[in-house]
Amino acid sequence: MRLWKRWCDRAAFGRDETIAARRSGRPWSQIGALALVAVVSAPAAQANPFETRLDNGMRVVVKEDRRAPSVVHMVWYDAGSMDEVAGTSGVAHVLEHMMFKGTDTVGPGEFNKIVAGVGGRDNAFTSYDYTAYFQQVPADQLGRMMTLEADRMHKLQLTDEAFAKEIEVVKEERRLRTEDSARALVHEELMASAFHAHPYQRPVIGWMTDLDRMTPEDARRWYREWYAPNNATLVVVGDVDHEAVFRQAASTYGQVPAAQLPRRPVVEEPPQRGVRRSVVRAPAELPYVAIAWPTPTLRDPAKDADVYALQVLAAVLDGYDGARLSRTLVRDKQVAQTAGAGYDGIARGPSLFYMDGAPAPGKTLAEVEAALIGELSRIQTEGVAEHELARVKTQAVASRVYQRDSLMGQAMEIGGLAAVGLSWKDEATLLEGIRKVSADDVKSVAQRYFSKDQMTVVVLEPLPVAAEMARRPSVKTRH
Amino acid sequence: MRAMTRTLLAACLALSASAALAGVDIQQWVASTGARVAFVETHALPIVDIQVDFAAGSAYAPAAKSGLAGLTASLLDAGTRQRDENALADRFADLGARFGAGAETDRASVTLRSLSNATERVAAVDLLAEVIQQPAYPQAVFERERARAIAGLKEAQTQPGYLVERAFGEAVYGDHPYGRATSEASLNALTRDDVLAFHRQHYTAAAAHVSIVGDLSRAEAEAIAVRLTEGLAKGEAPAALPVPALRDSTVLRVAHPAAQSHVLIGMPGLTRDDPDYYALVAGNYVLGGGGFVSRLMKEVREKRGYAYSVYSYFEPQRVAGPFRIGLQTRGQQADDAIAVVRDTLKQFIAEGPTQQELDAAKGNIVNGFGLRLDSNAKLLGYVGVIGFYGLPADWLEQYPRAVSELTVEQVRDAFQRRVLPAHLVTVIVGGDGDVTAPSAAPAR
Repeated sequence: MRLWKRWCDRAAFGRDETIAARRSGRPWSQIGALALVAVVSAPAAQANPFETRLDNGMRVVVKEDRRAPSVVHMVWYDAGSMDEVAGTSGVAHVLEHMMFKGTDTVGPGEFNKIVAGVGGRDNAFTSYDYTAYFQQVPADQLGRMMTLEADRMHKLQLTDEAFAKEIEVVKEERRLRTEDSARALVHEELMASAFHAHPYQRPVIGWMTDLDRMTPEDARRWYREWYAPNNATLVVVGDVDHEAVFRQAASTYGQVPAAQLPRRPVVEEPPQRGVRRSVVRAPAELPYVAIAWPTPTLRDPAKDADVYALQVLAAVLDGYDGARLSRTLVRDKQVAQTAGAGYDGIARGPSLFYMDGAPAPGKTLAEVEAALIGELSRIQTEGVAEHELARVKTQAVASRVYQRDSLMGQAMEIGGLAAVGLSWKDEATLLEGIRKVSADDVKSVAQRYFSKDQMTVVVLEPLPVAAEMARRPSVKTRH
Repeated sequence: MRAMTRTLLAACLALSASAALAGVDIQQWVASTGARVAFVETHALPIVDIQVDFAAGSAYAPAAKSGLAGLTASLLDAGTRQRDENALADRFADLGARFGAGAETDRASVTLRSLSNATERVAAVDLLAEVIQQPAYPQAVFERERARAIAGLKEAQTQPGYLVERAFGEAVYGDHPYGRATSEASLNALTRDDVLAFHRQHYTAAAAHVSIVGDLSRAEAEAIAVRLTEGLAKGEAPAALPVPALRDSTVLRVAHPAAQSHVLIGMPGLTRDDPDYYALVAGNYVLGGGGFVSRLMKEVREKRGYAYSVYSYFEPQRVAGPFRIGLQTRGQQADDAIAVVRDTLKQFIAEGPTQQELDAAKGNIVNGFGLRLDSNAKLLGYVGVIGFYGLPADWLEQYPRAVSELTVEQVRDAFQRRVLPAHLVTVIVGGDGDVTAPSAAPAR
């Protein structure tokens, strides 16, 4: 699910990033990487990170990383779009925007200004499962960040005027990310089709029709109901002393009163009784297909072996440049322009296993779909090779080491696990889970979870851009 | 006023920048192969990051061969004399190493991240050397990837975000190498021989810069730099790129059925070693670079709700890289949003930042400088820029110091000389799909 978390800014200084190889044609490659990164974590045996719980119920996790005088400070709320009800889709994300509009004592935009002034960066993101806020600042500024973040946990000023402007910003965000992106529309449709009952059926950013009708009171109610210390986790990673952070947390967040949280209905998806197919028509050149199957979510890290086997399956298909989908479908058979697979299994709600692809020149979408399923069938009958298994495990271990280079990456790991009911304490178990997967385990999950009747398939039928323009006579008068 | 600011900033510097930068010791030398090298030794994590930059970006490809630089870089791991593409990918994966390659405007960059343990590190560096020095560019892979590039291009040409970038590049740079866009025709005209020749001519030791950051000794770094460049032709430093001419102000509209208009406004801006570098970068922080606190964000997003994203930045390059202002907004309010941007820019050029704004910009840049260098990956990026563009070895210390000394007058003067409305081009793509009336929202 992490693929669709919504970052709310563009990087101002992001121009010196390393370059990723683009030849593999792996649209889901990020999921593959994330799945491994999320799963693999076994630091050298030491007390780090450190955890405590404040009297008001707020969970606090601190990881000391003394390499540079820098710190990441994050607060994760256990409230995401899956906690929304029909008609107010997108309200979790709208509230996230409103959280920057000031409190009783801090003016609108003032928090941003303070962070910027000390040389930091800040932002927030909303997903199906949670909403999170972060600042990365020089380590000596941590106390100030905690004071400000604790303040807006219970003293937000949410005015009608600010809401009226910000809801338009959110609609522009939806236009940018979804309305004008053919493949984003496909993914939205895929979730809406795969889930008939579960709130994952609704997009995190909300349906435009719901955004059109949203009121300031919807946002206020969301804030009242979910923003409380007993529904939040504080994560601090960087050049800090954990005892000092615990004390600061008690004197800031510890002063915010706990609240009675709303009931969280557990929604079970009803059984699927046959393949579900739908079509999205939107301006594009290439057709495109996305497929999903219901698969398990990790609940007990010590026991849920299928989750680890499915993670390995996704990595064998699409976990590195020469993995099966790009090797077979893009390079050898040349049936696909791009081909990908992804599975996370780390979520509050139900999990899906995804595949997707676009046809190579001269090939059809039906051929791509058949070829994707064909790669699954091959594993169902022949299994995977030991060297593929070893390769995936090697990468998992290396990813774990590489992740330690980024304070933000480490904080995301800790917070992401907490947000789905797991813990950083599970990291070693999660890595062990991957290590224990055998070739037979992979073959077995491939056989058990990928029946045709369980598929949801969405295809993109491209509308030629030129033809679309011809159908819109109003255009010419405006230009 | 000025004296006070200086004192204040001196305090800021003492507070953070010096502490943050104390550990950054960039060692530079020229390898026996002729390649330039920069190395930062840090043992905090058992990893090594390597980046090899060549003056082999898109600006160095002939006009009719757009796409050549990109293909030459991305096909480096398409096969070598010893291994095919799958064997290469498997080997990198088996080592737990991450390989990347691609071309920007000035540079082609090859990157490697490996565990620092000698067994993995040596094997990964050997493999990287093989890819850099002995790419085979097999005909079949070349043809397949060219076809995929064409298909990808056709897809991109349906997307307003791509169309606006391409039209902007052409409008700002015209025939200059920075303005060249890859087309189906230019890709179709490429041959495997073109790629081989481009590699031979531009992937040379003289044009190479090797950046190394991580858990290894100076002697090991020296050996790596030689190993990565020893099989390359010595070559010559590349010819200088022409200085981009300024074009007359124009407004270009491209129809597209997207709901949003994608807007870019700009002109040729900064070189990497530009004397106005710090004044323009610090000034731009106030104008549109400072994220949520910038003037553009305040006027366009916060006050009017016109856009989710609005920004400006200078992209310093070998010769003047673009200055740009960008935003996306629903089609029917595009003209209004552009008018707000123009007014904001006009006022900023006329008046410059306020003292308070400039102090805030200094606070951000100076205090936050350590945050730009707090991981090996970030450090590698800066080391690569310093080395490739030949910036001073103490650039990371000069930068915050120079910014802290700027005055309002210097920033205003730099903007008045360098951001010229008579030469700003405006490109607007899309918005034609915005057919419902704005603000029709019921039940507010």
